[in-house]
Amino acid sequence: MRVAYWPGCVSRGFTPELHGSMELVAPLLDIELIELDRANCCGAGVIAEHNQELVDTLNARTFAMAQRVAGSAGMMNICSTCQGAQSECQQRLDADDDYRRLINQHLRPEGLEYKRGDDWTNKNLLWLLVEEIGLEKLRERVVRPLEGLRVAPFYGCYIVRPTGRLGYGEFPDRDRYLEWVIDAVGATPVEYAGSHKCCGFPVITMNKATSLRQAGRHLADAIDADADCLVTPCPLCHLNLDLQQPDAAKFVERPLDIPVLHFPQMIGLALGLEPKELGMGKHVVRTRDVERKVAALAAV
Amino acid sequence: MPDYTLKIRRYDPESGDAAYWQDFTVDLAPERSVLDGILRARDQEDGSLSIRCSCQAAICGSCGVRINGKSALACNTKLSDAAERAQRGGINNEATSNGAIVVEPMGNMPVLKDLIVDMDAVHWKKIQRVVPWLLPEGEPPEREYIVDAEAMIDVTQSMACIQCGACVSACLSMEVDPEFIGPAALAKAYRFVGDPRDAHHEDRLRDLAEDPHGIYDCTHCFACIEVCPKDVAPMSQIMRLRRRATGDYAIKDSNNGYGHEKAFVDIVERWGTLHEAQLLPRSFGDGSLVKGQTRPAAVKQLIDSAPAALRGLARGKVSPRKVLIHPKLPDQKEVRRIYEEIEGRDERIELNLYIVGEEGEGGADDKEPVQGESGAES
Repeated sequence: MRVAYWPGCVSRGFTPELHGSMELVAPLLDIELIELDRANCCGAGVIAEHNQELVDTLNARTFAMAQRVAGSAGMMNICSTCQGAQSECQQRLDADDDYRRLINQHLRPEGLEYKRGDDWTNKNLLWLLVEEIGLEKLRERVVRPLEGLRVAPFYGCYIVRPTGRLGYGEFPDRDRYLEWVIDAVGATPVEYAGSHKCCGFPVITMNKATSLRQAGRHLADAIDADADCLVTPCPLCHLNLDLQQPDAAKFVERPLDIPVLHFPQMIGLALGLEPKELGMGKHVVRTRDVERKVAALAAV
Repeated sequence: MPDYTLKIRRYDPESGDAAYWQDFTVDLAPERSVLDGILRARDQEDGSLSIRCSCQAAICGSCGVRINGKSALACNTKLSDAAERAQRGGINNEATSNGAIVVEPMGNMPVLKDLIVDMDAVHWKKIQRVVPWLLPEGEPPEREYIVDAEAMIDVTQSMACIQCGACVSACLSMEVDPEFIGPAALAKAYRFVGDPRDAHHEDRLRDLAEDPHGIYDCTHCFACIEVCPKDVAPMSQIMRLRRRATGDYAIKDSNNGYGHEKAFVDIVERWGTLHEAQLLPRSFGDGSLVKGQTRPAAVKQLIDSAPAALRGLARGKVSPRKVLIHPKLPDQKEVRRIYEEIEGRDERIELNLYIVGEEGEGGADDKEPVQGESGAES
């Protein structure tokens, strides 16, 4: 399956292991990535806060580039925040013909146009994997079932709310796909209070206490539920849950030491890739215990 | 008629006992509401079961509760829908429901009894905090204030609020920061900031921007948008408050709200993608990289953030080269052109789907054209 691939800024910035692991995992799932290397930032909600016409134009530009990728099934992203920010713009662009025309005028000098199409989609890898590739196929490809690994899902707000905008009418189970995938790769999904809550990242520069109390609380809840690690399809969540974890521990006044995997990393482990090539050495919270469990599985 | 089991969280402070769960089975038609179910249980099984309610038509906003973990009005949630959700297993139900419809009091507010929370202690106190009345200037006119109908369109969404508190109950910022002014009160604040008759837009915005628990304490989680029974979209109103504070009045607050927005927007204009290494220092310096590294308050914040940055460097997430050099997009001039076209205009264009209707609600042809939001007022 060929997809127009939008990795987002953070997966090529402060979480390079995410983009790297996606590139390794894609061929194992028969996904051909055509990277949109001329596309711009999605705005992450911040440009939307500043000027709606601007953010809608910037994302229409990305969509238009994706629509030009010949033979592609649609656009794929690997970031919950990109998904949410782009879905918000797409909803407005699709809702009103006059508005779409207005936005497309800004793209004309570049020879681009976003066309509303009922079968053109922009999907996070999580959605694409469950809805297009299918869990059966994933199960078939698993060479190292992650048996015994207890994984706490962490979705990221932007792909769970608001449901009206995010395709939950057609796909009502999108808020449990992570559990399904965790199960499909042989691991055990852990239920805990924070799975669909906010990591706090959007306010890390504005109110550190509000931000890191959220991250810390969810990490603590996952630890209390006996999770070995968390997994998230959002690199911004990863920054708050992993990079900031030592600081988050101070805000919740208890030790925290739980690794956080990127979604493609977890899949990669099950598909036989090694932790090192998946960039797990770049995490702030050491992934040793997860690696040890995975290594033990290989030995069996 | 089918039987529905309601698993209700009971609590009576006068009894001295801890809260507990109690199951009630009611025999009602599927289209009847969860509130009907609760009232039936009260009438037939336990007259002490307490809930606040009145209109039973999603107008009075009294019967806010959490159903299967999600804040909602009990009167406009059908038993059949709630049961279906319960069968599926709600997200993070605090009780293991075994298919029962789980009903709890709203969150973020103290429980007075059973499903009744203390709205005065939280919700109404926060509403009062934003001065929820019009502050016009000068002598009042002889008769009513005359306003162009067009000028009021912008605030109709925030006026739809029925003060049920569902958004307050669901708010994830308030969960960790009880002092956060919160979604309902901030949506109410926009109702006046967007009202042309009010003469204190800038004062209101400055107040809410400078408060550490104000507009910049919203974690942008969409929880309030998801649960609001009236589509007020409180978070969207908070974003509009931010837009007015930064875009119309350039309020440089001490919470980095202005700086963060300016930094982000400017970085994308300059590079096309996010140059993360510059986001923090620019945010601390009202958008300026120089101020962000020289101003004492900014330097202090940079030092506070240094451990996280160093951890990133130590693990090779970030290289010194990446910190210093960020490649521009190949077509960066096109991004810049788009910025100039749109930001060069005085008017900000906003398409509010609450007003023009979403897809499927009437054909695209009979939609009103794009709504204009006024630009700088000062």
